[in-house]
Amino acid sequence: MTDVAAAATKRRAPRNQWWDVWDQFKTHKGALVGLAVFFSILALILIGPWFWTQDPGYVNLRSRNQGFSALHPFGTDQLGRDMLARIMAGGKVSISVGLTAMLLSITLGTTIGVLAGYFKRLENLLMRGTDLFLALPLLPLLLLMVTLFREPLSRTFGPETGIFILIVTAIGATSWMQSARIVRGSVLAVKEAEFVLAARSIGTPPRRMITRHILPNVMSPIMVSATLGIASAIITESALSFLGLGFPPDFPTWGRLLFDAVDAMQLYPARVILPGVMISLTVLSVNYIGDGLRDALDPRIRGR
Amino acid sequence: MFDHAPSQKTLVEVDGLKLYFPITAGLFRRRVGDVKAVDGVSFNIYQGETLGLVGESGCGKSTCGRALLRLYNVTDGSIRIGGVDIARLSADALRRMRPTMQMVFQDPQASLNPRMTVAGIIGEPLDEHTTLSRAEKLARIYELMDAVGLSRDFANRYPHAFSGGQRQRIGIARALALNPRFIVCDEPIAALDVSIQAQVVNLLEELQDRLGLTYLFISHDLSMVRHIADRVAVMYLGKIVELATREALYERPMHPYTQALLSAVPEPDPVHEASRRRIILTGDVPSPANPPQGCNFCTRCPKVMDICRRVEPASRELEPGRFVACHLYETATTAGATAAENGSGKTRLSTNNPTTQQGV
Repeated sequence: MTDVAAAATKRRAPRNQWWDVWDQFKTHKGALVGLAVFFSILALILIGPWFWTQDPGYVNLRSRNQGFSALHPFGTDQLGRDMLARIMAGGKVSISVGLTAMLLSITLGTTIGVLAGYFKRLENLLMRGTDLFLALPLLPLLLLMVTLFREPLSRTFGPETGIFILIVTAIGATSWMQSARIVRGSVLAVKEAEFVLAARSIGTPPRRMITRHILPNVMSPIMVSATLGIASAIITESALSFLGLGFPPDFPTWGRLLFDAVDAMQLYPARVILPGVMISLTVLSVNYIGDGLRDALDPRIRGR
Repeated sequence: MFDHAPSQKTLVEVDGLKLYFPITAGLFRRRVGDVKAVDGVSFNIYQGETLGLVGESGCGKSTCGRALLRLYNVTDGSIRIGGVDIARLSADALRRMRPTMQMVFQDPQASLNPRMTVAGIIGEPLDEHTTLSRAEKLARIYELMDAVGLSRDFANRYPHAFSGGQRQRIGIARALALNPRFIVCDEPIAALDVSIQAQVVNLLEELQDRLGLTYLFISHDLSMVRHIADRVAVMYLGKIVELATREALYERPMHPYTQALLSAVPEPDPVHEASRRRIILTGDVPSPANPPQGCNFCTRCPKVMDICRRVEPASRELEPGRFVACHLYETATTAGATAAENGSGKTRLSTNNPTTQQGV
């Protein structure tokens, strides 16, 4: 009898809600496939170089522009560099730039959006600032940032890390405005909900009001703009590399590979398709993961 | 009810409470006027009683209830709860006062965060105001769930999984978590089925008996207020027009607005229902941004006099514990007995319920 009672109490103890989230996430087939694809891409670019030991920067002019072969499964580029090794190396940069820039822009956008939506006094200042950023011509701004900060950053952090920081900051600082506006709109709606009033009558201070009540309820739009943000960060990075503003020309990124191959696209279409497919797969899988997460985080959808 | 009122200890004293929402216009958002949602309201609530606050939609009852808990910053007046004037309290001091006063909200769907479990919702006040350990908190949450008649198994569920009545119980449990002395019930039954309304009201009454709670019960449901309230205040356009004990108000309404309001209540007895004569008010409630000069009710009052359009009637105590703001009873101060007789005579005409006159 006591055992039964003990078991009953145990069952009733609040379960960590992340288990519920995972249970719901598992029911979303697209999200599971997306997760699998994303993890295989990660495995390819992280574990792959351990098995495929060719140097992505090794130039061998005698074997340039080769097709698929056992020696070079994805062929070689116009300088005879192995495409598989370059895709692995490029993926590492592209995905880390994408993820970090997205994190930065979402953090910035959410912070500004929440502050502007919740605190009426800050709204004007922050939203006019957002408008200002939206009105800025982005490419000249990026150009300016790169020319101003490339040298000092390279000197302090080394050429690769320096450029990485520069690119991530540049992309993050110029792409947070959309999410800030979306988040502010959602916060304005949630703020008027009666449960926020109820929390005020309890005496919840603003910072916990935001973390406990506002943020969880504006999660969906944040999630959506985060997943879309990864895609646009990868693409912006490739555009920057193409303009010569990003990583140095011999440094492989997916965007770089793509633009290197565009010149000879009609002769060697595989060199465009391969990095293109990698970018698309990453973006698509991240979108599906975001979709599944958004559903799983909503208790109203959960358990249906 | 009548006799205990003056002798009892006062818990809430509201004096001249005003709450204006500014109307701004133009490029520089200049203040061009005010919506006078609550315009000079004064009343007391005694320890352990239920004060009903009734009135039609938009008359400011909910705003008044929220202002009482300082959910809005009041424009003027004082609100003393347990002797502390909370109308001018700093944010920090107000936060420390919060446990004594809580609120039950109108819409049980909207007043619960859809992303929190029941345990999280009921436990929020405990997180904010106590330093209990996790296990103690859980024990208190279970205790509260038992008190409002929710199964402990529901602790992990989310609000969307409950019916309206159950959600309202969650809201009540949350309000009770910190052992408050005063609870504002802001139309807690308006969004519920009639059968569930009775359950929730009975729960509120039972909790009041058990925990010695004091309620301000805001409602537009006159029969429910008659059931639960000890005293009733009638609001019209931001002002209290009549405040009396339940029996006195329902048997012998004095203010013309109260008479009209009560005449709209259907009678369960078909014999009485057939003879019920409704006072139909014409026109709409004036805008609270631009209330009429003089008495607020003068545009619709069936007994309007010349003075009503010019002079605003003051609230006077016509009988012990009975306040009416109407020029009809102005003479009562000089010749009390005759005026009161006169007043009830007028009432008799409209209510058609003369047999109960002696009951008061």
